[in-house]
Amino acid sequence: MDSDGMKKVERNHIRWLAPLLFAVSLAVIWEWTIRLQAAPLVPGPWAVAKGIVELARRGLLIKYVVASLFRVTWGYLLAVVTAIPFGLYLGWHRRAAMALNPPLQILRPISPLAWIPLAILWFGVGDLAAVFLIFLASFLPLTVSAMNAVGGIPAIYLQAGRNFGLSQSRLIYKVLYPAVMPKLIVGLRLAFGIAWLVVVAAEMVAVNSGLGFLIIDARNAGNRYDLVIAGMALIGAIGVTLDAVFRRLERLPALRWGHGT
Amino acid sequence: MAHTLSIPAARAVKTKLSLEEVSKEFRQNGGGIAVLDRISLEIREGEFVCILGPSGCGKSTLLNIVGGFIPPTSGAVRIDGEPVKAPDPRRIFVFQERGVFPWLTVEGNIGFGLFRLSRSERASRIAHYVKLVGLEGFEGAYPHELSGGMKQRLEVARALAVNPDMLFLDEPFGSLDSITRLGMRRELLRIWTLERKTILFVTHDIEEAVQLADRVVVLSARPARVRRIVEIDIPHPRDISAPRYLELRDGIFEEIGLAHKV
Repeated sequence: MDSDGMKKVERNHIRWLAPLLFAVSLAVIWEWTIRLQAAPLVPGPWAVAKGIVELARRGLLIKYVVASLFRVTWGYLLAVVTAIPFGLYLGWHRRAAMALNPPLQILRPISPLAWIPLAILWFGVGDLAAVFLIFLASFLPLTVSAMNAVGGIPAIYLQAGRNFGLSQSRLIYKVLYPAVMPKLIVGLRLAFGIAWLVVVAAEMVAVNSGLGFLIIDARNAGNRYDLVIAGMALIGAIGVTLDAVFRRLERLPALRWGHGT
Repeated sequence: MAHTLSIPAARAVKTKLSLEEVSKEFRQNGGGIAVLDRISLEIREGEFVCILGPSGCGKSTLLNIVGGFIPPTSGAVRIDGEPVKAPDPRRIFVFQERGVFPWLTVEGNIGFGLFRLSRSERASRIAHYVKLVGLEGFEGAYPHELSGGMKQRLEVARALAVNPDMLFLDEPFGSLDSITRLGMRRELLRIWTLERKTILFVTHDIEEAVQLADRVVVLSARPARVRRIVEIDIPHPRDISAPRYLELRDGIFEEIGLAHKV
């Protein structure tokens, strides 16, 4: 291996080694300060780790993670298949967008959590209510990002497409669709982030399984704050992992142009 | 037509494009802004014509009308005697290099307009034009991996691949550095001699117009009128320090009302 190659390997090492070292030292400081106190207000990392092991032993870890992912997947996918065509349509037909934009804008600042009472009224306590809330939470951001993605297509691409004699449907398939992809992927990622935030809240009130339920249940049934923080840690870890998958998509060669590289 | 054979190849006599009293007015806040004022022009088949005018004079509007993207307010545009109604793949626009599709590779871009051809025909057409514009070895590259000049050549190749009979170039070299720009002009002339397309080339660069064109159509400031049509009677390759070149160039400078001292 030449010296350049060596340097590259070194740099890659640093890229994951530095954050890891930082995280470990943070955990050490956390554990250490907890142990100094007689009655700590939070459990230390060791207790949290043991909590996660306990959850795994009781078979709850997989069950709750799967339950949360199941709800988020259904709610999110339903939103994706409805909101993206809808948003693309609005972006393409400016007049429809002008008519529909005001009501959309009024709905936008309403937190999806404000819909919890209605969700329970309509769907009862259970998966459907949670799926509905996640759908709601992802639908509007996805619609808006699809709409804006169409609006952001440089006119020159559409003009070139028409110049080459493309039919309307071919123009949509060959120009509109690839031209919106980079922005759409970003929109998908952001909407997924919101959906993942909302699933936790939805599970706290509308169901009796999942990571959100774990957190609220661990507190209600015996003030098990080690399990509360275990739930939080799992939510964070899964969120980061899924976000990384979306970021991967953004780096695909046919999409990379949209991000200034 | 036997008589076309006796005259130089650059001077076919058949009229390709004719503009008759073309005017364009844009409506804005109740008022009308006149952009083009009774432009009349005839362009022969195989001719290289530069439309020269100051920025914002309506050159691009004129090109868009000729291309069928926007209708004129009054007047008629005919290509091969037929009125122009809509964009047509027989007449392809080339913009500054930002017109290439960033989500397609070099091959994908050149093949973009060839969707009616069979797979093998498409492949051979792509290979031919990759070679013609000197992008061998970059077939699989994406535009963001290419230089400005390469992207420009790619866009020209994409246009030529559908075998149009006219090319409309809208300040195509405007964003290139001056060295690359000179190279691109030479390249365009080489391709033009090979393919003999009728070329309508919009520019605000007097030197560029005199280096490239058979005729230079000098437009006035807005609303654009044809001030003068200058025949550039110098054979290619043109010596840009020859007295005749300088004479023609300075004539246009004067026509536009610019002293050519900086």
